[in-house]
Amino acid sequence: MSLIVELHHRYPGQTVDLAFEAPSPGVTALFGRSGAGKSTTLAVIAGLLRPDACRIAVDGEVLADTAAGVWVAPERRRVGMVFQDARLFPHMSVATNLRFGLRRARVGAIGFDEVVELLGLGGMLARRPQSLSGGERQRVAIGRALLAQPRLLLLDEPLSGLDGARKAEILPYLARLKAMLRLPMIYVSHAPDEVLRLADTLVLMKDGRVVGAGPVAEIAARGDLPFSRRDDAGALLLGQVLGHDEARGLSRIEGGGVTWLVPLLDLRPGTACRVRIPAREVILAGRAPEAISVQNIVAGTVRHIAEEGARHSVLVEVGLPSGSLLARVTPDAVARLGLTEGAAVLVLVKSTALEVLAV
Amino acid sequence: MATRGGEMAGLMFEAEDWEAIRLTLVVAARAVGFALPLAVLTAGVLARTRFAGRTVLNTLVHLPLVLPPVVTGWLLLIVFGVRGPLGAWLNDWFGMRLVFTTNGASLACAVMTFPVMVRAIRLSLEAVDPGLEAAALGLGAGWFDRMVNITLPLASPGILVGGIVGYATCLGEFGAVITFAASIPGETRTLPLAIYAALQAPGGEGRAAALALVSLALALAGLLLSEWLGRGLNRVLGR
Repeated sequence: MSLIVELHHRYPGQTVDLAFEAPSPGVTALFGRSGAGKSTTLAVIAGLLRPDACRIAVDGEVLADTAAGVWVAPERRRVGMVFQDARLFPHMSVATNLRFGLRRARVGAIGFDEVVELLGLGGMLARRPQSLSGGERQRVAIGRALLAQPRLLLLDEPLSGLDGARKAEILPYLARLKAMLRLPMIYVSHAPDEVLRLADTLVLMKDGRVVGAGPVAEIAARGDLPFSRRDDAGALLLGQVLGHDEARGLSRIEGGGVTWLVPLLDLRPGTACRVRIPAREVILAGRAPEAISVQNIVAGTVRHIAEEGARHSVLVEVGLPSGSLLARVTPDAVARLGLTEGAAVLVLVKSTALEVLAV
Repeated sequence: MATRGGEMAGLMFEAEDWEAIRLTLVVAARAVGFALPLAVLTAGVLARTRFAGRTVLNTLVHLPLVLPPVVTGWLLLIVFGVRGPLGAWLNDWFGMRLVFTTNGASLACAVMTFPVMVRAIRLSLEAVDPGLEAAALGLGAGWFDRMVNITLPLASPGILVGGIVGYATCLGEFGAVITFAASIPGETRTLPLAIYAALQAPGGEGRAAALALVSLALALAGLLLSEWLGRGLNRVLGR
């Protein structure tokens, strides 16, 4: 099944004109600066904004098709929305807030107790929203949206109003949600760490247009797309834990068709995981060095070399057996190694530089 | 008789005075009961809609605030008099006469306090976060559902305060009432009218003072009640 979004809308100063398709269930991240059209897209999908033209379909069900004159009223779309500012009803307890959508929904698969358990809301049901912390409020808002039995869940920068600690508190809940419920979700964010952790599909947006869309690992490692033109750029490999070597204090992880060594993990073999490799941590070499502390030395092929003018650096996309990763080096290094597109190269990554994200 | 009233001001009421107090409370209650729902509706229209006649409606609602009350009462006579366009219609169809009746006094009070109520309610409606209504919409709540379960409860402090202040204002309404409904003891002679009548009678200062004290007590009670209830509701709403 899939999620189809086509939309055209003209504002006085800007035009939003975009289309993307994403697999369902799965998390589709809309990534871009403010003004890129992310919020407009969500508002149209939720039915809160009627654009000049659009076509929205979720799992084969058409929610809007201006060409055919279809416009399902927002209260009948079964599209759940989690806002940046939670928007809990202040005159109701947490439990009443949670039941607001449930009472108005047709009988569905998502149960009250299940959501309370999933989001850890048990201790706060009788409380009022104003007595909750920002992170707790956001968890209640997610639960409330889920209980309305949505066919699609929209999350509009749900973590951007929270500090680092609160974010870290909610991210695991979102990851659990994704694993437990087979529900398509659209996640709007401008934080790469959230996107890399949660998204299956990444849609890059700029000035009301889609500049790149596809599986998250593929888009994150494309040196020619804006997602990699950031200080914290890096590739993402989807893989799994292969095994542990407790004597050496290392774990083996498969990702991109390569086996990587990382510091010992507390994950069972076979567990799916995501590995992020920051571009600035990647070393390129022409020959294998000897007597070096680096644990991971992998052969690859240069796919693309992108100049990063202002930084006086170069972003090199290196193809692996499946997928690719990014290395940020100086133009001088590229010249000394004689790197050109198609050239064979060795990639060196310290095991401590690999960031393993449990899904 | 006059001297006795003067000495025991506030304690020695005559039957007629008790009647005036009771009548005042009834007239004000009917006025608020009738006008408050209309005020909520009008405030809703003014706060939430944009249409061509909005300014006209807004001006019309506020007119009694700036017109001399006597003029408002006279306009009511023209419109609701037995030969007036609405008065004749009410009389013919429902046998209802407003001029010189208790209901007429209520109508005059209602018209006079209408702007006060609309203002308070409109402010509270405009303070309701539209984001909460959008959230309710996404959770499957239609227009009426949102109105009843989100918007009105969140605006309830303003509606309540509007009702109480409106009630307190009704207790003191004079010009429009005496013009439209006259000062008939037991029918339309409310507290302010009774005070005025007492002052007109020779040696009636004592009675007037006693009634004025009642007036003051009622007004204070109304203001304190609205303050207290408003604060309580705001606490419930988490403000």
